[in-house]
Amino acid sequence: MSVQQFMQNPWSNWMKGEGPDADIVISTRIRIARNLRHQPFPLLATDSQAEEVVHQVANASRSKAMSKAGPFELIMMDKLQPLEKRVLVEKHLISPNLAEESRKGGVLLSDDESISIMVNEEDHIRIQVLMPGFQLKEAWDIGSRIDDIFEKHVNYAFDETRGYLTSCPTNVGTGIRASVMLHLPALVMTQQISRILQAINQVGLVVRGIYGEGSEALGNLFQLSNQVTLGMSESDILSNLYSVAKQIVDQERVARRYLQENSSLALEDRICRSYGILLHARTVESKEAAQRLSDVRLGIDLGLIKNVTTFTINELLVMTQPGFLQRHAGQKLTPEQRDERRARLIRERLAAHSA
Amino acid sequence: MNCEECGKRPATLHLTKIVNGEKTEYHICEHCAQEKGDVISGFDNFSIHNILSGLLNFDPMAKNSVGGSSNSQTATQKTLRCETCGLTYAQFSKSGRFGCSDCYRYFGDRLDPLFRRIHGNTNHIGKVPERTGGQLKIRKELEQLKTALQQYIKTEEFEKAAEIRDRIRALEKKMDQA
Ligand SMILES: [Zn+2]
Ligand SMILES: [Zn+2]
Repeated sequence: MSVQQFMQNPWSNWMKGEGPDADIVISTRIRIARNLRHQPFPLLATDSQAEEVVHQVANASRSKAMSKAGPFELIMMDKLQPLEKRVLVEKHLISPNLAEESRKGGVLLSDDESISIMVNEEDHIRIQVLMPGFQLKEAWDIGSRIDDIFEKHVNYAFDETRGYLTSCPTNVGTGIRASVMLHLPALVMTQQISRILQAINQVGLVVRGIYGEGSEALGNLFQLSNQVTLGMSESDILSNLYSVAKQIVDQERVARRYLQENSSLALEDRICRSYGILLHARTVESKEAAQRLSDVRLGIDLGLIKNVTTFTINELLVMTQPGFLQRHAGQKLTPEQRDERRARLIRERLAAHSA
Repeated sequence: MNCEECGKRPATLHLTKIVNGEKTEYHICEHCAQEKGDVISGFDNFSIHNILSGLLNFDPMAKNSVGGSSNSQTATQKTLRCETCGLTYAQFSKSGRFGCSDCYRYFGDRLDPLFRRIHGNTNHIGKVPERTGGQLKIRKELEQLKTALQQYIKTEEFEKAAEIRDRIRALEKKMDQA
């Protein structure tokens, strides 16, 4: 796949809307941080040292074993326009940090975009596996296999006591950050979310969400991930995250059933109203778009909206981001212009599916 | 309240992050949130380092220096430096990032209180790299085999015990040669 295709194609593997528990777990991500033994970390590396790291990683990625997971395309950050980097960030293929700050940073992307390996981000190597639905074990297996392949070709910075050595003390040990993106509209509507979030951080996990006024998370999306990387084995980290996420998924299902049984008219009205607005609005701010898309997604999950797929919603979540909108327009846009284009894009996509 | 990023526009987005029960809040405007690509929640957009520097802004030796009696300790703290990359402990405390893998060795035990605060632990028990993991992998295997050996002796399964004993001998030989 060419660089151009990566940029233009809004489609990524994780957006399929398939996979286990995909009605609530949007995607699963595993990130593995690794560093080379005899190279300063990216923070202190000179340009030539950073280039040497890219060289070694690129070499390892061309090995026969890697081609089974690949093919991979190496994209260097200094070859990209700001808008192109932005698109990669919006597709969750690279971090904002790699896009903005890294010198001599790059990313190895697999064709289906399920694997991205960042080079010279905060760590020399960050293997990321992104899969649709709830697939922690599957994602870890893929990531760990790539880790094993790299290890045959490069000398990892590893210490018997501290484990894998990372730039940041929060990643040392296993170097893994596992996370699931959860869509929890019913737990938000029934106001149970804060109780659940409070319980979560008692067990070494972290939740992230963006809060608007009234502490409503943007689009009801929450990312649950492990906080502890040292002193816990990979399988403990994964099973801990799995069991907590599973419980939240079950509670969300209970809350959805409760809403359907106790306030079905209000629920249906809210969902259909949002759908109507998205079908007809002429200007939509990103915050409102996220909330309305969340409602429509819930409507799909509950069988109230039948002619739109989860895939379309996931795709719209990415395509209505500023970078993508501007890419699509081929120019920089003011916030007002973006709101207008966002509304048009959503209208067109939804209309195409509701014939 | 104004945006913490640009300081100009009013903060309309409030991000809450909870680490080990400690709540940290960010207040930013929508414009800056979008600039940061933070519209779809998550994915490391807000640097963990904002929080980390809060965690790191403590001196592991500070407890002892209440009476001002540990000037020498504070002095070592100040001059402590990684000889490979040159990063000082003071610089590390500020940035929250190591300069190279040897920093871990030079800062040594001083890191334990920090790791305990972040992870509740100081020692790794997970995956070991096949090749660069040194002899750790063999040692771990040896430990497991020895436990198994005792078990078989206890249950008088001597044939299996003998099998394990041979494997232990082979591994020990391998370690000696390495
Ligand atoms: Zn701002
Ligand atoms: Zn160092």
